[in-house]
Formats: sequence, C-alpha cells, structure tokens
Amino acid sequence: MKADESLVYSTTEKVSGWRLFIKTILARSYPRIIGQQREKSWIFFEIFMPMLAVSAYVFVYRAIGAPEEYVGFVVVGGAMTAFWMNVLWSMSSQLYWEKEQGNLALYIMSPNSMMAVLLGMALGGMVATALRAVAIIVLGTILFNVQFTVTSFSQLFAVFLLAMTALYGMGMMTASLFLLLSREAWHISNLAQEPIYLVSGFYFPIKSFNFWVAAAASFIPLTLGLDAMRQLIFPSGAALGFLNVTVEITVLVVLCIVFLTGAKFLLDYMERLAIREGRITESRR
Amino acid sequence: MSNYAIETQDLGRVYKIRGNKKESQIRKELIALEGVNLTVERGELFGLLGPNGAGKTTLIKILTTLLSPTSGWARVADQDVSESPHLVRPRINMVSGGESSGYGLLTVRENLWMFSQFYGMNSKIANDRIVELLKMVGLEDRIHTKSSDLSTGLRQKMNIVRGFLTDPQVLFLDEPTLGLDVGASRDVRKLIRGWLDANKSRTLLLTTHYMVEAEELCDRVAIINKGKVLACDTPANLKRKLQRDAIFEVETSPLNGLTPQSLQDQPEVRKAASTQIEGGAKLELILAEESALASVINILTQKDIKVMRLTKREPTLEDVFMDLVGARMEDVEKGGEE
Repeated sequence: MKADESLVYSTTEKVSGWRLFIKTILARSYPRIIGQQREKSWIFFEIFMPMLAVSAYVFVYRAIGAPEEYVGFVVVGGAMTAFWMNVLWSMSSQLYWEKEQGNLALYIMSPNSMMAVLLGMALGGMVATALRAVAIIVLGTILFNVQFTVTSFSQLFAVFLLAMTALYGMGMMTASLFLLLSREAWHISNLAQEPIYLVSGFYFPIKSFNFWVAAAASFIPLTLGLDAMRQLIFPSGAALGFLNVTVEITVLVVLCIVFLTGAKFLLDYMERLAIREGRITESRR
Repeated sequence: MSNYAIETQDLGRVYKIRGNKKESQIRKELIALEGVNLTVERGELFGLLGPNGAGKTTLIKILTTLLSPTSGWARVADQDVSESPHLVRPRINMVSGGESSGYGLLTVRENLWMFSQFYGMNSKIANDRIVELLKMVGLEDRIHTKSSDLSTGLRQKMNIVRGFLTDPQVLFLDEPTLGLDVGASRDVRKLIRGWLDANKSRTLLLTTHYMVEAEELCDRVAIINKGKVLACDTPANLKRKLQRDAIFEVETSPLNGLTPQSLQDQPEVRKAASTQIEGGAKLELILAEESALASVINILTQKDIKVMRLTKREPTLEDVFMDLVGARMEDVEKGGEE
C-alpha cells in the first residue's frame, strides 16, 4: 500500500482562539468518555462495589426503623460518591500522572490553553462518571424501591450543574496542587477519602452535625449539592435539609467562582514554575 | 522575516540542584548550557550531536518553550521563546525518543487524532493525514490497535507520526530513532527527508548520538559537549578538517595495561582511543603524520601486543568528535554514568 505523499507533505490550516479551546476540551475528554469504557472492570469496581456500601447503609437504616427517605438519601449519596472518587483519584492526580507519562510537556508545548486541557479532563470525567452514577441510582431504586418526588426540576438541574462545576473546579485546582506536591499527592488522596465520606454526608443528612461542622463541610461542593438535591427530590427532604435550597445554590455559585479562579491561578503558577525550573515536565520514565 | 528558523545568542542554562534535607540550605549549580550561539536557516536539517548529558535536550527544551534560559536569548520562527512562547508554540512540534505519551486505552488513530486537535487541525484532514503517515512508517496495519499493545519500536513510530502530523514550521526530533530497528530507522529518515524536501520553508532540528544518522541526514551539524558547542559546520567540512590527518584502526591482542593516553603522549599522535573487542582490543588513532604509525607499532611490540589487523580509513564524524573532545562519544557517555 503506497502512501499519498502529497497529502502528508502538504501544509495544513489550523484554527486558533476559542475554536482551538473547544477542540482541546473535546479532544481531551475523549480518552475518558470513550477510552475508559474499554476496561470493563469499571462495572465491578465502580458500580457493584459502591452498591455494596449503599446496601449496608440501607439495611442498617431499615433495621433501626429509620424513615424510608433515608434509604433514598443513601442511594443518591452512593451515586454522588462516584463523582467524588473520580475527582479525588482521577482529576486531582491527573496532572501528576500526565507528567510521569510524558504528556504534560506536550500539553504545555502545544498552542492550546492548559485550562482547556483541564476542562477536557473534567468534562470527560464528569460524563464517564455520570454513567456510573445513573447505574447506581437505577439499581438502587429498583432494589430498594426508592420513591422520588421532584419539587422543582429547574432547581434540581441548577444544583446538579453547579455542584458538578464546583466539584470539578476543585479537582482542577487540586490537580496543579498535587503536581507540585508530587508523590505526596497519593497520601493526601488516601487521607482525604474517608473523612470526606463522613463530613459531606454521603449516607446521612448533614443536619445531623452541629451547624459549624456542617458549614465547614460545605467547603466540599458535594456536601451542599447533595443536601439541596435531597431536599428537591424527597418529600421530607426539606425538613432534613441543612440550609434553604436558594442559599445553598448561592453558596455553590460562590464555590464555582472560587475553585475555577483558583484552578486558573494555580495552573498558571504551575506552568511558570515548570518553565523556570524545568523539573515539572521531567518525566521519571 | 529573518532567514533563520532558529537563532540563539549566548544561550545558557544553569540548574540549581537541591541537596538532601540536611543540606537543604546548600544549592549546587549544574551548568547544562553555556554561551551557545547557533543559527539554523529555514529549510535546513540541523543536527545536534553529542553524548548523553551534553546539553542537547536542555537546548531543545528551551527552543520548544518548555524551559527558560538563565542567560542569553533564543528565537524560533522569528519569535523569542521566553517573551512570546504563545507565538512559538503553534509553529513547532517535538518528538522525543523513548517517550510514552498518549493514552494506552486509545488506539493509534485516536491518540494521534487527539494530539492533532490540540493544534486546531480539522478532524477530517487530520484523520486522512494519520492514515497516510502511518503508511509511510509502515504502521497502517496497527491503526486500530490500542497503543498499550504496541511494542516500544512501534510506539516510537506513532510518536514520530505525531510530530509530522501537525505540519510544524520547525520540528524538533530528540533522538527520534532511539529503540528503532534498522528498517524502521530507514523509514523514518526517508520521511524526514521527504517532508523537508516538499517545502523549503520547513526546518528540522535533530539531536542524535548516532553519528551515521547525523552524517546521512543533516545539512549541518553542531557538536556539543558539556553544554558547549565545540564545532558547527556541514559534515563534509567537519571531516575535511581531519583530512590532513591519517586515521587508522588497529585490531590487537589484549592491551596488557597499555592505555590510549600513553600512545597519545607520542609526538604526532593526536588522539587515541581503545575499545574492547572479542579476543583483544581495537585502537582508533588520529595521527598528524602517517609516519607516526611506526612509533605506535613499536610501543605495541615492546608491550608484546600483537597487531591482528590494520586499516587506514577516511575520517568520520566520530573521529571529528574524538578530535574535539579527546575521547570517543561512547567513552564520554560511560564516564558520565560512573
């Protein structure tokens, strides 16, 4: 088979500006949306395993005669856990992994914005994880007969979108931070996993904490996101909610701004440091 | 627009190396590049030749905007790499030997397509070019193979395709044929030549420590060692400087403790190096006068070393390197590792 050398050697038009930004986001999300589905082990580790934890809480709540809404709380919490795990293990450590792989230097050297690369990672992670979250909700709903009563679809959509933006914004910010911390990042991820399960109320309403603990836990965007979603999809959700949904939406908007701005700042800092010291783009492979 | 695709002036880079915790206050300095002045014309295939640790990769990192110089300046495609990296980046690309970039879960085509998008290429054109480039490097039958399933050599071919795919004005290839077999290296060299010949405004900077590769491909070569450019000219001109010298290869029985330095101490012996071969040693000698060979043979005989084979040959870039540095490139690399 002979190659069409004229095509290979010809010059090529390229786009720049916002069109390059969008192309980069879509291209970088591709490995997560398409590539990650090729390893079928995710069905076991990311759906079956979380379902075991959800089931354990459901059986405990039923055994102690807790209100039936608690079962729904746990199922929704279990689904949202998938996003937290994705941010903690994939998003935050991603730049470090990209560096080790040799991709980070190629990203910095290419004409696209590093922010677009990170947004692509976030979008890809979000879409791929949404598949897992939906699977957990569907399975949980069928297995434990969960009843949903949505009071406001628009607010529910806004809360989900804001919680995801803030959460992945936090992931983008910690990605640069973890890169600077190098291998210590793994220890931080390990350290953060369980305490955050507890304080963000994945399996129970955070109203159970005192106000200040719940307020501090609200720094994790999923805490308020989850609380607001529960208020919007379960009849007794509002009574068990931490803050009014409108207040929670406002706080989530603030968190989105803080985390995305922080991500941009840290990314710029990381890139400057990489170029000044030359060690961040140095792969150990 | 300048005639130069790459221009550097007094370019230097010093790394500050932190000590361990106890010595955290002490920062050592490593001079990776020092006073590098280079000009590479548009359309030129320029080679950087030097042993590992000579500063080739540091220079490439500066030119590709990945590292800032600590002194001097560099311009690529008419733009200063430190002041306007955003203007340099759309015009360049780089491939390093042995890199493991991309994602193992993606196929060869998907990985290449992804990188093409980071440069703003039209998807259809990118996909067409991927197919054609893969044909040229003999990888078309692996287009739908996951990159994690590729051997090191095939993966390197994929990386090379990535470099050419985005049609850069200046392409940097850092040891591109590292790990490739003879046939694959030949395909890559053909691709490099064809790509440059098709458009005279394209420029390619290649680093290698394969002398033959530099000799076969490069219009001009800079020999670099310990961060300094020792010579820069066409391979023919570099070799011509040695043409008045006589270059001999002498295969002998074991050297019985004789060092190349003791031969070099002889008058008219400009440079001497030895390599161990099966059953003995191979001496490479650069002699100012052919008559100096007699004194070398004399020393060998005194040490009871037998001469098995003696060949006079034309100078190579390896000889040029030996003449400039005082040791063969292989020996410099071994010395660096120790």
